[in-house]
Amino acid sequence: MSDEIRTSKLDELRVVHQPLARHDAAEKIAGSTRFAGDLAYAGMLHARLVRSVVPSARLTRRDVTRAALVPGVVAVLLGEDVPHNEISVDVPGQTIAVGALKARMQILATERVRFHGEPIALVIAEHEDALAEACEAVEVEYDELPVISEPADALAEDAFKIHEGGNLLAEWRIDRGDVDAAFASADVVIEGAYTTQFVDHAYLEPEAGVGWYDDDGVMNLRVATQVVEHYRDVAKILGVPDSKVRVIAPYVGGGFGGKEDMTVEPYLALAVAHTRRPVRMQWTRNESLLARAKRHRNHMTYRTAATNDGTILAQDIEIVSDAGAYAYLSALVLLYSSVHACGPYRLDHARIRATTAYTNNPPTSAFRGFGGMQVVLGYESQIDELARRLRLDPGEVRKRNALRRGDRLPVGQEIITEVQLAETIDAVRERAGEKPAPSGPRKAVGRAIASNMQSYGRLVWLNDSAAAWIGFQMDGSLTVRCGVPDIGGGQASSLAQIASEILAVDMDRITVHFGDSALNPLAGTTTATRQLLMSGNATYEAAVMLRDQLLGAVAASTRDPVESLAMTPEGIAGPGGITAVTAALQICRRGNVPVEALGTFFGPKGKEVTRDLDGERLFPDFTFGTHLADVEVDLDTGEVKVLRYLAAHDVGRAINPLSVEGQIAGAAVQGIGQALLEEIVMQDGVNLTGGFFQYLIPTAMDVPDIEAIVLESGEGLGPFGARGIGEPPIGPPLAAISSAIADAVGARPTTLPITPERVLECVERGARSTP
Amino acid sequence: MSAERTDVSTTLVVNGRPVTRSAGGHVTLLRWLRDEADVLDPKYGCGEGVCGACTVLVDGEPASACIVLAAQCEGSAITTAAGLLDDDGEPSPLQRAFHQHHAAQCGFCTPGMLMCAQAMLADGTTRSRDEIREELHGNLCRCTGYQHIVDAIEDAQGAAR
Repeated sequence: MSDEIRTSKLDELRVVHQPLARHDAAEKIAGSTRFAGDLAYAGMLHARLVRSVVPSARLTRRDVTRAALVPGVVAVLLGEDVPHNEISVDVPGQTIAVGALKARMQILATERVRFHGEPIALVIAEHEDALAEACEAVEVEYDELPVISEPADALAEDAFKIHEGGNLLAEWRIDRGDVDAAFASADVVIEGAYTTQFVDHAYLEPEAGVGWYDDDGVMNLRVATQVVEHYRDVAKILGVPDSKVRVIAPYVGGGFGGKEDMTVEPYLALAVAHTRRPVRMQWTRNESLLARAKRHRNHMTYRTAATNDGTILAQDIEIVSDAGAYAYLSALVLLYSSVHACGPYRLDHARIRATTAYTNNPPTSAFRGFGGMQVVLGYESQIDELARRLRLDPGEVRKRNALRRGDRLPVGQEIITEVQLAETIDAVRERAGEKPAPSGPRKAVGRAIASNMQSYGRLVWLNDSAAAWIGFQMDGSLTVRCGVPDIGGGQASSLAQIASEILAVDMDRITVHFGDSALNPLAGTTTATRQLLMSGNATYEAAVMLRDQLLGAVAASTRDPVESLAMTPEGIAGPGGITAVTAALQICRRGNVPVEALGTFFGPKGKEVTRDLDGERLFPDFTFGTHLADVEVDLDTGEVKVLRYLAAHDVGRAINPLSVEGQIAGAAVQGIGQALLEEIVMQDGVNLTGGFFQYLIPTAMDVPDIEAIVLESGEGLGPFGARGIGEPPIGPPLAAISSAIADAVGARPTTLPITPERVLECVERGARSTP
Repeated sequence: MSAERTDVSTTLVVNGRPVTRSAGGHVTLLRWLRDEADVLDPKYGCGEGVCGACTVLVDGEPASACIVLAAQCEGSAITTAAGLLDDDGEPSPLQRAFHQHHAAQCGFCTPGMLMCAQAMLADGTTRSRDEIREELHGNLCRCTGYQHIVDAIEDAQGAAR
């Protein structure tokens, strides 16, 4: 039952909802966790990519002769050496002209490169020292082609074609009500244009992995990934059956969407297949910054029509995103932008036009918030301006327009769970108290709130499912097997907590085997804030099945009614006393009752989308929240200090409050980084931000404590009424910070990141507009 | 295989244990530890001394192992996160504080963070939260937003007093 709300009373919970120190942290604090790059095999080879040094060119010559002679080099592979040198991404809901054919890319480029850093050759050597020299020795000659840097230029009629089919990758449209009539009848119209930047995931663990053949001829890839199901893509590239490739995801050193697409997998597989030896590949930070897909740069134009009491009548929105050189997930990211474009507000009239186009910038793809976060800057800047224009309280304007259960989004999807947006607004404001005073004469303090909604769970037409297996050991300890990759959010630990709750086995007697495509039931991707919903529910179902098997067997043996029995930490409690779990397991054995169970959870279903989105349910559900920022602006230098930061979200039910707070704090800081600091800087297709000296993420000194406020409506589609929280807190900082700066200086920043230069422009504009 | 590449050997006292391994003039302390000495808790994060994932203590002082040459450290005592465990393999009070305060999410920055924090505890100064944040500025974390790490260090220095 995919839409069932499996809520529970707090006083019924024993393990779930406890702030338990996570089991995986014991190894992490001892330094003994073996990440993807930490594994070594005797006789292991090393591999590195030769990447394009130009953003747009025909390859006129690729010569590996000299490179192959470098001492220690075992092989140098080109695209011609790849069995199936192409992966294509399906672009759903589009016309035939914008389908999978256009979204294809090569594993190793043979004729044409389209971005700075595109892989051209693969060097495999006995030791790492040989790699740099051999990569240098691969001779590549380029016939340079025009470089397109802006989606608008890419979409011009006479534009140079980056891909054969043209530069338009995807477009989406939403039309609801009569937008023009609503604008004509409005008391007030707010207009604005907002631009977000390319952002890098900047997880601390660069892309890495080790590959080898097992004795049974199966290709094993132990890699830092959010998706073990890429074994299928690797099998296609190698031209072998899916069953001949296994992907293992050890604990991942941060994902944030950047390890959702394949990174090292195809190259490791090629190197292993070619040499029949174990191979390790570790990308440098420079490679990671240059070549792995980024967050989309969005250009967003908003018009909002409202009445004098602050009721939103209509919105007219145009979004153009930069897909970079290859499709990856850009079409879907843009779909998220479209569906989330109006935010957590009710409006009867909306027109949304969204377009994504190829450029010669780095490819863009999944990143925490997945298109649903850039638009927060748009809709929250608009509602903040609306309140300012009407001299109304920004919190009250938001509450007046807030979605409620039963309302429909502009795309037509009905909200089926309780919305506690107003409660999150009240929570941050009550906690924040009075706005602080400036610390000096040339300082200004600003405060703002920003609310948002973000889906959890995959798009419903993707027919999502996840499976988990739970088995009792005969000593009463418990084994959980689930394919879920654990990328640091406590994905594995949460499953143990759920199983512990239902089966009353202590946490330290539960082992979770995760992240393995061959030996564990597949649970799908650790993306889209879906794992608690999906593998959490699968574990819940498996645990309930297993509990019922044990209780049924004991009931048959003791002749007690099954309803009178319950799993407790002491054993199975019934009218006649306690049956130890070990005894119950023996009863199962004698009675041919299995002591294990496989649970499969199927997500909500929906029909496939078309370009014109209408009346459809696209997502399982949404998570709502509100942040509050206090900032101090130095009016002379433009420096912004975040004084206080509060973040409230309704998480339905916190399975582990520590993990929830960790997700909220981490996402908020990542969002503050995007608001103030971070940008992948491109100049004519050349990436100028190739190291952490150039690409600045927040340090401990750049941010205050994030004061997380966790609300629990008990109304989510996950186990125990939980909603997902991995992505939702990353959107609001963009708007909370920019609106707080606007509050401080009287003019609104609209382009990210809000550098001191941009702040000073606002200071000047603000000074001009206030007499 | 390393013998083909270099004929220089370096002896370091790693977590109390003398280790002699080859180290050409170009081999960083990080590569020496990871590839030669099989000490895997210091991590490669950036290779240019910015992110702090490779932080170790060299004779008690925190250093980015990716920008220090192994040969420069000849004879030095190197401490990594694993070296904070006691003889029975039990975590130190600092490590326990990291565990209890949920200071490790993905855990990749954790070994470096711990060494930076250990250096803070070692000088006996009790630091405010702001001062702890200042000391941590050379250790990047992308998961936690830092505050649980600050909580852990604050707690550990309180316990150490």
